[in-house]
Amino acid sequence: MSEHSPMDSREPLLRIAKRDALPFWKNWAIRLAAVVLALLVCAVVVYATVKLSPLKVYAAMWSGAFGTVRRSWVTVRDAMLLLCVGIGLAPAFKMRFWNIGAEGQILIGGIVTAACMIYWGNSMPTSLLLVVMFLVSALAGAVWGFIPAFFRARWNTNETLFTLMMNYVAIQLTSFFVSKWEHPIGSNSVGIINIDTRAGWFPTLFGQQYALNVIIVLCLTLFVFFYLRSSKHGYEIAVVGESERTAQYIGLNVKTIVMRTMLLSGAICGVSGFIAVSGVSHTISTVTANGRGFTAIIVAWLAKFNAFVMVLISFLIVFLERGASEIASQFNLSEYAAKILTGIILFFIIGSEFFINYRIILRGRKEKKSSCSK
Amino acid sequence: MMKKLLALLLALTMVFAFAACTTDEGNNEENNGEANNGETNGEGTESALKIGVILLHDESIGYDFAHMQGIRTACETLGIDWNDNSQVIWKYNIGEDESCHSAAVDLVDQGCNVIISDSYGHQSYMTLAASENPDVQFLIATGDTAAVDPYDNTHNFFTHTFESRYVSGVVGGMKLAEMIEEGVLTDANYNEDGTIKIGYVGAYPYAEVVSGYTAFYLGVKSVVDNVKMDVTYTNSWADATAEQQAAEALLARGCCLISQHADSTGGPAAIEAAVQNGAVCYYVGYNIDMLTVAPTAILTSAQNNWAVYYTYALGLAQQGKAAEIDVDWARGYSDGANMISTLGDSCAEGTAEKVAEVEAAIKDGTLQVFDTDTFTVDGQKVESYTFNSSTMNSDYSAVLYEGQDYETIENGAFAESVFRSAPYFDLRIDGIVELS
Repeated sequence: MSEHSPMDSREPLLRIAKRDALPFWKNWAIRLAAVVLALLVCAVVVYATVKLSPLKVYAAMWSGAFGTVRRSWVTVRDAMLLLCVGIGLAPAFKMRFWNIGAEGQILIGGIVTAACMIYWGNSMPTSLLLVVMFLVSALAGAVWGFIPAFFRARWNTNETLFTLMMNYVAIQLTSFFVSKWEHPIGSNSVGIINIDTRAGWFPTLFGQQYALNVIIVLCLTLFVFFYLRSSKHGYEIAVVGESERTAQYIGLNVKTIVMRTMLLSGAICGVSGFIAVSGVSHTISTVTANGRGFTAIIVAWLAKFNAFVMVLISFLIVFLERGASEIASQFNLSEYAAKILTGIILFFIIGSEFFINYRIILRGRKEKKSSCSK
Repeated sequence: MMKKLLALLLALTMVFAFAACTTDEGNNEENNGEANNGETNGEGTESALKIGVILLHDESIGYDFAHMQGIRTACETLGIDWNDNSQVIWKYNIGEDESCHSAAVDLVDQGCNVIISDSYGHQSYMTLAASENPDVQFLIATGDTAAVDPYDNTHNFFTHTFESRYVSGVVGGMKLAEMIEEGVLTDANYNEDGTIKIGYVGAYPYAEVVSGYTAFYLGVKSVVDNVKMDVTYTNSWADATAEQQAAEALLARGCCLISQHADSTGGPAAIEAAVQNGAVCYYVGYNIDMLTVAPTAILTSAQNNWAVYYTYALGLAQQGKAAEIDVDWARGYSDGANMISTLGDSCAEGTAEKVAEVEAAIKDGTLQVFDTDTFTVDGQKVESYTFNSSTMNSDYSAVLYEGQDYETIENGAFAESVFRSAPYFDLRIDGIVELS
């Protein structure tokens, strides 16, 4: 078989091939094209199903997220919280340690924060209390992250299942403390803690209720960015993530790295529990984490663990959520209808990653670079 | 390396601090402007009523649907277009967390002067928003602190759900009597002491739920005396799967009549499926007519007619008298605020007549749901029981809002929803067992 006939039917209509690294601008052009396409498809869906003007729907989404100063701050608040969990997860996932347990780490951080507010709220100045809560929530989250890491390092247990089960333990613990601290009695909710004294609440900085949330999360973001990119630890994490055997071969202590990284990952997730309780909701309940521990996995992966891209993705996801809720409110639609749009947009964005990594070759089309060598 | 990093972090913190400083002034101005606009609107134009509604779910959940129906009916009566965003703004799927506060203040920003929330857990966030917006009236359904909190613009309301539950219990009792007569009950349906097993799917062990299932039980007992009821909790107001499993578990224990205080149709759907497979069990629903979900198993549903309250409250608001709305409103059958849904085909003969008789007796006050002659606690008749309306934490160590003591046993009955609209009947009476 020296010659191919041009109509050789064994060659598939479409083939995919791995791309070489694309230049930066091309990467983003593909992503942008994906968003534009997604908006077009959404427009068709919106018009076909509910007969609304797509432009009006998009305007509503925008207004839901950024329509007023207050809404913008709510968007910022929610994005920061999601981002905080995302940057907490990034080191673990970069190491290919499947930390599905952020939800539980957030809750544990939240529980100890709530405990501090309840028991020390009136005996400690708020500034000191905030520092204490930051530290104990980080510690609690770190412990919660460390337990599965220790078992994995010591007995090679499956971290996916272990961290997932730790979530349920944390949820049960939360239920226990909710019934212990319930206020008023019989309500099965803790209510707003220190509603009268505001002890242990994030203070209003520069006239903004959520300024401290932004400062803490952005500092953590910078820290994680440089930690992963420029520190020795970050390099070790990358090596373990690429290949554990290589890491062993070059003399890295994989067990130590896994445990150390999970301490950090858990600590940051614990701090997001502190922010969620002390800086946002001022209460603790089983929905304090509200699925952020899982959504943040998307944030971390879509951003390929780049802390700054995570900022963008967090905003995008929160924007879509707030937008969906506003569409439901303005047009009296079921929120599920609005969430279909969110789904389409996310689908396209995730799908665009495929076209960044691979290219599609049509049948009969000659490959440009390496076609002769076969 | 670490030093450089630290220096960078500090530098950036300061940058953000400055950025926050500069945006802050602009914000304040805008906020002030908005507040002023709101005030001039409120005073300048007459009856510029704008209603904001915060719902825990949307119309797919019976409880929220009942509230939506109530508000829509009230709006139609008062000539308000509930579909017009400039008159009524609906917010769906608002959790019992900070998103409730965000939604409430967002509604204030949009010019709403009356804001309604439909779930108990919204209360503390609504109260927080009320403390920040004294000119806006906050109507908090099923709440219990408006009367004792220091704010004039919070209002609680509740219907006498226990009355509907009692009547729906009578419907269940009639069916039970018929089942005994026809001999369809088996040994599995009887306890060792000869009592018949009935069941109840409750959401949480709150007074609201306790009051409701006790009323249902007493309703059944008024027709068939030898019954014992198992109560199982789902720990959620609306969890279709948990309710389905709870109903199936009760059926498996031998319960032949089940009711619920939870918001989904998971329970009746499960029992309907079992009935189709030959099980002998009937179901009494809640909130909405559940016959479409379970045409054979459902006898009726206990219902609240929220339109009565909304017509009253929004009517006052429309006349510019929103501040005069009762701080704590509770009405029942006699005002049309309670009812049961259409009787299903499975109901026993004579049920309609019996229901009419019981309803009439409740309306004219000759029948008291919690008549102390009809139940005992630890084998004793209840002669005295104190209810304290303070808002306390669970170990009674911290009082948020100071209330007072009330003697609840009046004229031979427990006076429910008299001293506070939200139920406070939390006695565990004989014949009812809480399983979980």
